[in-house]
Amino acid sequence: MLKYIAKRLLRSLVTLAIVITIIFSLLRLMPIEGYFPNYDKLSPGQIQASLTSMGLLDPLPVQLWNFISGVFQGDLGTSLIYRVNVPITQIIAEKAPISIELGLLSVGLSLVVGIPLGVGMALASLVKQKKGVPSLAKKTALGKCMDAVGMFFATIWEKLGTIFIVVIQAVPAAVYYLFIQLYGTDLFGIPTLFNKNNYATWILPVVSLALGNIAYYAMWLRRYMTDEINKDYVQLARAKGVSSSGIMFRHVFRNAFVPMIQYLPGSILFTMMGSIYVESLYSIPGMGGLLVNVIQRQDNTMVQALVLIYSVISIVALILGDILMSIADPRIKLGKKEEAR
Amino acid sequence: MAYRNKKTKILQDSMEAHMKASFSPEEAFAFAHHDAADAERGGYSNYSYWRSTFQAFKKNKVAVFFVFVVVILLLFTFIQPILPNQKDPLLIYEDANGQRLSNLSPNGEFWFGTDSIGRDMWSRIWSATRTSLFIGFAVAGVEIVLGILVGVLWGYVRKLDFLFTELYNVFDNIPQTILLILISYIMRPSISTLIFAMCLTSWLQMARFVRNQIIIIRDRDYNLASRCLGTSTFRIIFRNLLPYLVSVIMLRIALTIPSAISNEVFITYIGLGVPTYTPSLGNLINEGRKLMMDPALRYQLIFPTVVLSIVTISFYIVGNAFADAADPKNHR
Repeated sequence: MLKYIAKRLLRSLVTLAIVITIIFSLLRLMPIEGYFPNYDKLSPGQIQASLTSMGLLDPLPVQLWNFISGVFQGDLGTSLIYRVNVPITQIIAEKAPISIELGLLSVGLSLVVGIPLGVGMALASLVKQKKGVPSLAKKTALGKCMDAVGMFFATIWEKLGTIFIVVIQAVPAAVYYLFIQLYGTDLFGIPTLFNKNNYATWILPVVSLALGNIAYYAMWLRRYMTDEINKDYVQLARAKGVSSSGIMFRHVFRNAFVPMIQYLPGSILFTMMGSIYVESLYSIPGMGGLLVNVIQRQDNTMVQALVLIYSVISIVALILGDILMSIADPRIKLGKKEEAR
Repeated sequence: MAYRNKKTKILQDSMEAHMKASFSPEEAFAFAHHDAADAERGGYSNYSYWRSTFQAFKKNKVAVFFVFVVVILLLFTFIQPILPNQKDPLLIYEDANGQRLSNLSPNGEFWFGTDSIGRDMWSRIWSATRTSLFIGFAVAGVEIVLGILVGVLWGYVRKLDFLFTELYNVFDNIPQTILLILISYIMRPSISTLIFAMCLTSWLQMARFVRNQIIIIRDRDYNLASRCLGTSTFRIIFRNLLPYLVSVIMLRIALTIPSAISNEVFITYIGLGVPTYTPSLGNLINEGRKLMMDPALRYQLIFPTVVLSIVTISFYIVGNAFADAADPKNHR
């Protein structure tokens, strides 16, 4: 286990080094206007002087070394256009908390909605196959509801769930975010612009960010639950006399949830990318909105720092997913992940 | 079962008839001839992979419907400019007094209305769909060519396996969207920049899948036999290995297109997409977004999004249904 984790971390460090080098060298290809707030007004002499003082005329390897050692000392440079001469770490420290809050809220919401949706869909397809609520599902709360309303409810649940998943997965997030903003503000009278102290304005961004993950969780949970229900050990547990709800929640649900951990990095990435769009739609003063803002204003050092931070987050998410997976399911042979799938 | 019993009976009868009949030596040692009817009698199964795939697909009525939608959409998108009475997507229309016909709501002349500077929305939408589909197909094409090439090398050449696997593990961790943003930020905004940025890492998944499949089927007995009989490696790869991958390739095409379109919309929104004078779905939606708070002009957002949703949803459904149908586990 430890050997695997160490190997995994080492590999990520190599990735990180490559990513830093790529980001750094690509951004050196940018026109130098991006380093000056008032490029047009400067004389060539002044430009040369400040380029030298920023170290931009040093040989590339020296610049790269300075950048990397800066990064490891927690120094990402200073903003040059967005907020002149303010350290980037300071700007990010101001912006990050709100993005983190937003992301956590939306992941929480998607778990709360996505899991019942997926479990319900798995049960509903059982109901449809067996032409009636199987005793396996009868004892669970959802099963009871289905028993009461019967096939009709199961069919509706499954159909609507499937349509929801397909639409959310196929239609670009950028499009349905827009419609949530449009009709959310129209129908419910929620203010369009985000205000930290008005909790009503949190609803639309959090819901927008959660939708993609809800569909994601529901889709995979349903697939894995259906797989598990058909396995032999479920038959054995029934023969042994384990109660239906015991089978459902102690065995089927738990086993189905293990592979879900694999999708943790995906959902973190999704929330991150979504937040770039959502934050700028609602003018939320967070990191995602900041990235769009500095791209549009071509602030090179800020773009460099933010892209770096985003890649670090996603690399960490991938490591976390792999490590949690190997802890949750000891059968997964360490280092053999590629062959297993 | 009854069918099998009947067949067995027929076979037994014919064998008994043969035993009872007496043959002269010439007859008994004569060469046997191939008889189609006789061959049919020994339990021959007429399983064909593609026929079963097609039959499994046909059962999914929703998917069949969306196949028609895709075909009609593709045909219409590409013949739309040569149909009669179509307008130029780039031309700004003016009335008799030289006033721009901007923000006209849909009418008989302009079927989907005009945009904020007086261009025809109908032809702009179809022109944009062409751009977006072109991006999608280009990305899918590069992904397939590179993915198969690298995947075959990676899976077939044993010495390369370790190197490629390590490289894959490193490069697969680079977040794709970040790379997309970075490349579009650095290069001049254009269609080819977008395609380049999207192709850069998207083929990795394809390559890994091809490699896994090749490793599974590379050492099957029939390939061993082929190799012993002196079939060239090239021929083994193209005739014995790649046909197994056709279904995957189709699935990739079908799923890459929605994701490429969606990436284009995203990148255009953050201001790094296709230049605004080229109609693309991302550009149209972005222009519509600016006007969406005015209910009278909302059609400029709704029409492009409806077309885009139809395109992405139908490709997505067809791709998934095809993948299910191509899986031999679902053949009966």
